[in-house]
Amino acid sequence: MPFIPHTEQDVQEMLETIGVSSIEDLFDEIPPQLRAGELTQVPEALSEMDMMRRMRERAAQDDGALCFIGAGAYEHHIPAAVWDVATRGEFMTAYTPYQAEASQGTLQLIYEYQSMMATLMAMDVSNASLYDGASGLAEAVLMAVRANRKSKSRKILVPGTVHPSYRSALEAIVEAQNIEIVEVEWDQQSGTTLLDALGPFTGEDITGMVIAQPNFFGQLEDVNALTDWAHAQKALVIGLVNPMAMAVLEAPGNWGEKGADIAVGDGQPLGVPMASGGPYYGFMCCTSAIVRQMPGRLIGRTVDLDGKPGYALTLQAREQHIRRSKATSNICTNQGLAVTASTIYMSMQGPDGLANTAGACYQNTQALVEKLTSIEGVEKAFSGHNFHEVALTLPAKASAVLEKLAEREVLGGFDLGLSYSSLENTVLVCVTETKTDSDLEVYKLALADVLTELNG
Amino acid sequence: MLIFEQSRSGRKATAQSPAAAADLSGLPEAFIRKEKPALPEVSELQAIRHYTNLSRKNFSIDTQFYPLGSCTMKYNPRGALAAATLPGILNRHPLAPESHSQGFLSCMYELQEMLKDVTGMKGVSLTPMAGAQGEFAGVAMIRAYHQARNDDARTEILVPSAAHGTNPATAVMCGFKVREVPVNSDGDVDVDALKTLVGPQTAGIMMTNPSTCGVFERQIEEIAQVIHDVGGLLYYDGANLNAILGKVKPGDMGFDVMHMNLHKTFATPHGGGGPGAGPVAVGERLLPYLPTPIVGKEGSDDAPSYRWLTDKDIPETIGNLSAFMGNAGILIRAYVYAVMLGKGGMHRVGEYATLNANYMAKQLEKAGFQLAYPDRRATHEFIITLSKQTKDYGVNAMDVAKRLLDYNLHAPTTYFPLLVPECHLIEPTETESKEAMDEYIAAMASILKEAETDADMVRGAPYTQPVKRLDDVKAARELDLAWKA
Repeated sequence: MPFIPHTEQDVQEMLETIGVSSIEDLFDEIPPQLRAGELTQVPEALSEMDMMRRMRERAAQDDGALCFIGAGAYEHHIPAAVWDVATRGEFMTAYTPYQAEASQGTLQLIYEYQSMMATLMAMDVSNASLYDGASGLAEAVLMAVRANRKSKSRKILVPGTVHPSYRSALEAIVEAQNIEIVEVEWDQQSGTTLLDALGPFTGEDITGMVIAQPNFFGQLEDVNALTDWAHAQKALVIGLVNPMAMAVLEAPGNWGEKGADIAVGDGQPLGVPMASGGPYYGFMCCTSAIVRQMPGRLIGRTVDLDGKPGYALTLQAREQHIRRSKATSNICTNQGLAVTASTIYMSMQGPDGLANTAGACYQNTQALVEKLTSIEGVEKAFSGHNFHEVALTLPAKASAVLEKLAEREVLGGFDLGLSYSSLENTVLVCVTETKTDSDLEVYKLALADVLTELNG
Repeated sequence: MLIFEQSRSGRKATAQSPAAAADLSGLPEAFIRKEKPALPEVSELQAIRHYTNLSRKNFSIDTQFYPLGSCTMKYNPRGALAAATLPGILNRHPLAPESHSQGFLSCMYELQEMLKDVTGMKGVSLTPMAGAQGEFAGVAMIRAYHQARNDDARTEILVPSAAHGTNPATAVMCGFKVREVPVNSDGDVDVDALKTLVGPQTAGIMMTNPSTCGVFERQIEEIAQVIHDVGGLLYYDGANLNAILGKVKPGDMGFDVMHMNLHKTFATPHGGGGPGAGPVAVGERLLPYLPTPIVGKEGSDDAPSYRWLTDKDIPETIGNLSAFMGNAGILIRAYVYAVMLGKGGMHRVGEYATLNANYMAKQLEKAGFQLAYPDRRATHEFIITLSKQTKDYGVNAMDVAKRLLDYNLHAPTTYFPLLVPECHLIEPTETESKEAMDEYIAAMASILKEAETDADMVRGAPYTQPVKRLDDVKAARELDLAWKA
C-alpha cells in the first residue's frame, strides 16, 4: 500500500486494542446512505517509475523555448545550493513554528529574512510573507485603510500602470470591504503616471496610493514626486516594487521626503523558479509606526529562561487563530519554503552580487532594444527609462507575431493588447541576466523573419 | 549566530552572479539607489553551512513523529518533488502560450477531475493558494450567489464555536457578520440552537466534518436541511478531509462549496509554514462564480487540447485571487500524489488515518489520560483533556507538550479547539507505523509519572532543545523584528 506501513498483523493487533473486528466498524457513526461508492474519475495507481515517465513526457512537451516573457514572473539563475538546502526535509517537512523551542531553525531563518527584506526595501520591518504579489497588494490596501485612521474616505488611488492581474485580484479581494479603488490614468507618451493626472484629486481625502516601480510596462515612475504628492494629501504610500530592481533602484523607504509607508511585491525574482506561477511569495514591509496593523506572521528576537537569545512568533494578537473575527487578515499558512529559498539566495548574492545581477538585466534589455528597433517598424512604445522590461510597438498585431514567434521556439513577450485596448500592436518584452548575446540574436532573426512573413 | 554576524565587507559567493557591475549611466541619478542594502557578504560555503545547521534546529516529519492535530502531517513523497522539479515544469513561464503548456495543463485538468470525484462536487478551481484563501473564495461565491438573486438581506454566516479561527476571520473579510453556533457535550452541533439562529438573514454556515472535536457530525443531513430551508448555503472547510477521503463525499452530505488543503490531504509539504494550496469545489448553484483561471478541455479524448478558461468564459466569476494560477508547483505535487494513490489507495487514506487515531486514543485512555469524547468514535484525530493533571499536579497541557519535545516527539496541537480545557488535539495520520505511535504512548505514560513525582521538572521542560522556553512577553513588548548593524 503506497505510503501506509501497516502489516496485516499490525492491523489485527490494533483492531483488538480498539475492540472492533474490522476497519469498517470504525465508520459506524457515519450514516450509511452517505458512504461513497467507487471513484470513477480517479484512475488506477501508477508506480513511481511509471508516474515519472508520464511526467517527463509532459514536462518535455512544454520545455525548450527561449523565454522573453516577464509580466510578473522572471527567469533568473538560481544557484544550485539554494534549493538543495531549502528542500532538506528539516525545512521542507516542518510546519508553522508553533513549538518555538523545536523550530529555532525556521524561526531564525525567517528573522534573517525579515532583516534582509527590510534593508532591501529600506524599511523598518518586514513580515514573514504573504501568498504572492497580487494578493499581497490587496493586503497592503486593507492595511493602509486600517492604519490611516485620519482618513475617512477609504479611497485608494491605483495607477493604470499597475499590473492588470494585480488590479483585478485587488478588486476581487477587497470587494466586500467598502473600499473605493480609483484608477489613475497613465500618460500614453511616457507610459507612466504623471502628476498632472493626479490634479483632480489634490486636496481630497485620499487614504492611500499605490506607486509601482518599475511599473507594469517596465517604465520607471517618478516615485519621489508621486510619494511627496500623496503624503501632501495625507495618504499612505504603498510602494509596489520588483525586489531584484531594488538592488540598483532607489528603495521605497527612501522615496521622496518621507519614504513610502508600506512596501509590497512578489519575492519570486529572488531565487524562486517560475514554475507556472507559483509557489511564489508576497513580501511586505512597513514603518514601525504601523507594524501593529501588519497582516501575517512576524518573528521576533527574544531570550529564553536562561537569557539565551532565541526567536518566536510575536504580536500574534493580530492573527486569526487568536482574534478570530477581529483579526487583521484570515491568512494562516503562507509561503515559508519560498521564503527559505529567497533567504539563502540573498545571502549568497550579497549586496554587490544582487546589484550586478540586476544591472545585467538592465544592460541586456537595453541591448535587445537596440537590436530589435533596428528592424523596420519596431519601436519603443514609450519615452523615458525602463529597467528590465520594455514595451515595443510592432508593425503587426502583437498576438499574431507572438504566435509565429512561438512556432520558432521564441516566447517573445506579453501581448499588451490583452489588457490595454490601445496597445494591440505592442508587446512587453523582458530580458534577464540569463540571456546571452546569441539569445538576443536568435530573437532578432526570428522577429525579422516573422514580420516579413506577416507583412510580406 | 546570525548570518549577518559572519559577514565581511567585500566577501562574495562569486560563482553566483555576474562578476562585473553594470553600466547604469543611462539612468537618471534620481532613480539610482544611493546606499547599498545591508545584505550579508559571505562565501557559498558559509551560507550552506549556516543554513544546513539551522535546518538541524527544526523538528519535521522527516525527522520526528509530528502528530499536530488538524494539520495532517503525513509523509510527503519524494516522487512528487522529483516530478515538480523536472526542468520543463519548473521553468515554464505562467504566461507561456497554450502551444507550450499542454503538458502542464493536462495535469491540472486531470487534477480538477479527480478532485471533483472525491468531493462529489460539480466544478473545481485550483487557484486558491492556501486553505484560508480557499475559504475566502468559497464565502465570496456564497456572497455572489445571493447578490445575483438580489437577496441582499443575507448578512450572517454561522460558525460552530469549535471552528478554526480562519472561518470567522474569512466571513468578516467577505463582509458578513459572524454568529456562533453552540456545540453539544458530545461534540455535535446543537441543532435545536441552530434552528433558533437561522432565518432570512442567513447567508450560510461554515463547518468541518469531522469537526474540530475529532468526531463525525452525525446530524449533518438535518443541518443541511435546516440551512437550505431558509435559503442559506453550506460551506465545507476541508481541513479534516483526510478522515473521510474516499469514504464520504462532502457533496453527498449536502455541502454547496468547499476547499481542500492539498498540503494536508494530498501530502504536499508544509514547508515550515507554506506554501499550501486550497482549491475550491462547488455544486451546481455556484458554478458560475468559480475563481479564475480554470483549465478547460476540448477535442476528443484521443487528441485532447487544453486551454485556460478566464472571465470571458465565466463572466460571473468572483475574479482572480493571485497574479497567475496560484501555487501551481504544489498542485503538480498533489496531482502526482493522487496518481500514485490511484482509486484503490484513495479510500485507504481515510481508513488507516482513522485506524491509527482510534488506536492511539484507546491506548492513551488505558495509560490514564482522559478522552474529551470517550463515548464517540475517533475520526482521523482525537482530543485528550489534561484538566485532571492540571488540577492534581499543576502540570498543564502546555507543560506536557513541551516535555514531549525532550522525548524527541513533536507536540500535538494544544489549546484547540478552545471549548475543551487543557486539551491536546492528536492526529497521527495514516503514514505512521504502530511502532512510532507506541513510542509516543510510552512517552506520554512516562510524562504522567514524572508529573506525579516531579512536577517542577515537567513545568521547566524542554531541556534538550537549542533553547529553553522563550520570553514571549519580552518579544512583544521590546519588538526586535530585524537585525541592525
